[in-house]
Amino acid sequence: MTKLLETIDLKTHFYTYEGVVKALNKVSLVIDQGQTFGLVGESGCGKSVTAHSIMRIIQEPGRIEGGKVIIYLGEKSQCASIDLLQQSEAYMEGLRGNQISMIFQEPNAALNPIMRVGDQVGESFLFHRKKEMCKKIFEALCAPKNNRFHPLKKFQQIVYRSAARNPDAFVLRTMDMIPLIRRWQNRLKKEAKRRAIEIVGRLGIPHPDQIVEQYPHQLSGGMKQRIVIAIALACNPTLLIADEATSNLDVTIQAQILDLLAQLKREAISSILLITHDLGVVAETCDRVGVMYAGNIVEVADVKDLFERPLHPYTMALLDAVPKLSMEGKLKSIKGNVPNLGFPPPGCRFHPRCSYTIDVCRELLPELIEIENNHLTACHWVMERKKTGRIS
Amino acid sequence: MKKILELQDLKKHYPIQKGVFRRTGSTIKALDGIDLDIYRGECLGLVGESGCGKTTTGKVIIRLASPTGGRVYYHREMGNPDDRVDITGLKKSSFKKHHLQGKLQMVFQDPASSLNPRMLVKQIIAEPIKAKVRLKSRVLEDRVIALLNRVGLTEDHLFRYPHEFSGGQRQRIAVARAIAADPEFIVLDEPTSALDVSVQSQILNLLKTIQKTLGLTYLFVTHHLLVVKYISDRTAVMYLGKIMEVASTADLFSTPLHPYTHALLSGIPIPEVGRKKHRMILSGDVPSPANPPPGCRFHTRCPFVLDRCRAEEPALVKVGKGHRVACHRQHEIDLLIPKNHNHPNPEISH
Repeated sequence: MTKLLETIDLKTHFYTYEGVVKALNKVSLVIDQGQTFGLVGESGCGKSVTAHSIMRIIQEPGRIEGGKVIIYLGEKSQCASIDLLQQSEAYMEGLRGNQISMIFQEPNAALNPIMRVGDQVGESFLFHRKKEMCKKIFEALCAPKNNRFHPLKKFQQIVYRSAARNPDAFVLRTMDMIPLIRRWQNRLKKEAKRRAIEIVGRLGIPHPDQIVEQYPHQLSGGMKQRIVIAIALACNPTLLIADEATSNLDVTIQAQILDLLAQLKREAISSILLITHDLGVVAETCDRVGVMYAGNIVEVADVKDLFERPLHPYTMALLDAVPKLSMEGKLKSIKGNVPNLGFPPPGCRFHPRCSYTIDVCRELLPELIEIENNHLTACHWVMERKKTGRIS
Repeated sequence: MKKILELQDLKKHYPIQKGVFRRTGSTIKALDGIDLDIYRGECLGLVGESGCGKTTTGKVIIRLASPTGGRVYYHREMGNPDDRVDITGLKKSSFKKHHLQGKLQMVFQDPASSLNPRMLVKQIIAEPIKAKVRLKSRVLEDRVIALLNRVGLTEDHLFRYPHEFSGGQRQRIAVARAIAADPEFIVLDEPTSALDVSVQSQILNLLKTIQKTLGLTYLFVTHHLLVVKYISDRTAVMYLGKIMEVASTADLFSTPLHPYTHALLSGIPIPEVGRKKHRMILSGDVPSPANPPPGCRFHTRCPFVLDRCRAEEPALVKVGKGHRVACHRQHEIDLLIPKNHNHPNPEISH
């Protein structure tokens, strides 16, 4: 498998009044081409911060303190590895929503309440596909069959030709400030809207041409989430980050959205990074899973391995703590609470709640090590058992 | 089995006021005729999608909201079956006269907002006791400490404010407050949905133990079906202000009769790998409760809809021992849906 995205020792800290909160403490993960990677953990363990760090949209008072986020773009032969943390903000703007895009948790907060839904979807075309769209419109204007008389045809041809060459030219930007002349963009906006209707329709929303004219408050929760997905998918991203995309939805709507994501992955997107706290969603949709606890990745494995033979004590406890369909008897629970990341416990961050604590755990933070084929764990206890040969 | 509560055709409509004169334009029918019996000592799970009226049911039962129509009867523990009190007709002041004060309690969804941030834990838990009996402060404090111990907190937590606790601990305080006044019946309104997975199981186990030791009756309102499966004895499925199906939990999960129940069950993401299953995905959204569709409320999303469903509303009929369902096609449901959809079956894969 070829890698698509890799984070190496990613560190993100938040500088609050109460002290430095180490939200991410050396997070390393690898997402392959065509993979659905699930990131699970309890709230406050750093799942969303990981996604935001990859996109470089960490807000104040947070700061990415170190590490690398490497994305491998382009075809196999000329695959370029780019460290996103070294790039300029302008480069990142071109990348967000284009190669990497994100579905946010709360569709109410992600959508602008005073913009029509169609404009919000079309915005990403206007931002990332302006050149291509201008070229297309210019060709349509020059096409021989388009011989209908239009008084401004010549003018539009000139403008769109120059816009197809360089959409950010100084002349064009000046023209955008002048009323009436600003209207040269009308065709562009129309084209963006046409594309918006097309993508909204592809997501299985009935009557897309009516929906795009509506405002977010006129739509239901599931519909809003579909619109957010449409925005994320507008420019055919190579990596889609779904941050708790279905957490606030009802069971039947969640089933619809998960089905849609699975279908889209087969058709359009190459990889998905699925962030969730619901182990059920992970079991059904992901290929590979990373389990996070208090800013660390504690276990990474293929989904079948993880659910059938978890190695890390936290993963085991977490799997025992969720009610299952075929379950009898009492539910096990993890004692204690999630630690405050401002003052994390020394050594392994899980050791105060762990039932297999050994002396090393209290002093030394374990590293993520491959215990079995493709099964990585960060735990002293597991290492100890492997040394003594109790795990084959 | 003795009944504790009996709901008869319970209705709750919220008017939507419009215009300058605040005229009533239309009404949101949050509850539109609920018939349900709750038996003493059981845990009744109430599931459904958001906006279907689960929480309203709980609120109306304990009279946090007054119903628009219908009756809620309370049966006494030591009384003959005819000796019942109509809660809906009671004035708030006459609750004490009927020895009902503190008998019906509620635990809310979000402990952060249901506990008063300016009160100490001691005051929060003592409040329901004070409202019922007058005690000396020493005795009162002992009682509060006993309650704290019962929910897994200690005496050290007595003089702290809610913000000093984690989410799970706050929910424990809310539980302690609910059991403070010796209740017989508690409405648990999504008590674990604001909590993390690892803490959720702690609270669920705590609730189970408390129910056993105090002999309580629960109405467990949630949208999380696996939690219902774990905690409740009987389960009722709601859709748009109506009960669609009631059965014992084991029955409901093994042989659901309503298509909506099927869809809900097949939609749960199960945290086990290798369970390929036939998934029934409903199209569309829940209709607005302001103007529910005529006939069967589920017909707009039901894959097996008949003309009869569009015209005639099905009644909640008894089909087996304690199993009631409201569907016109419940007799042929086995033919419509492949059997054992929630059991591993390699032949049926989606």
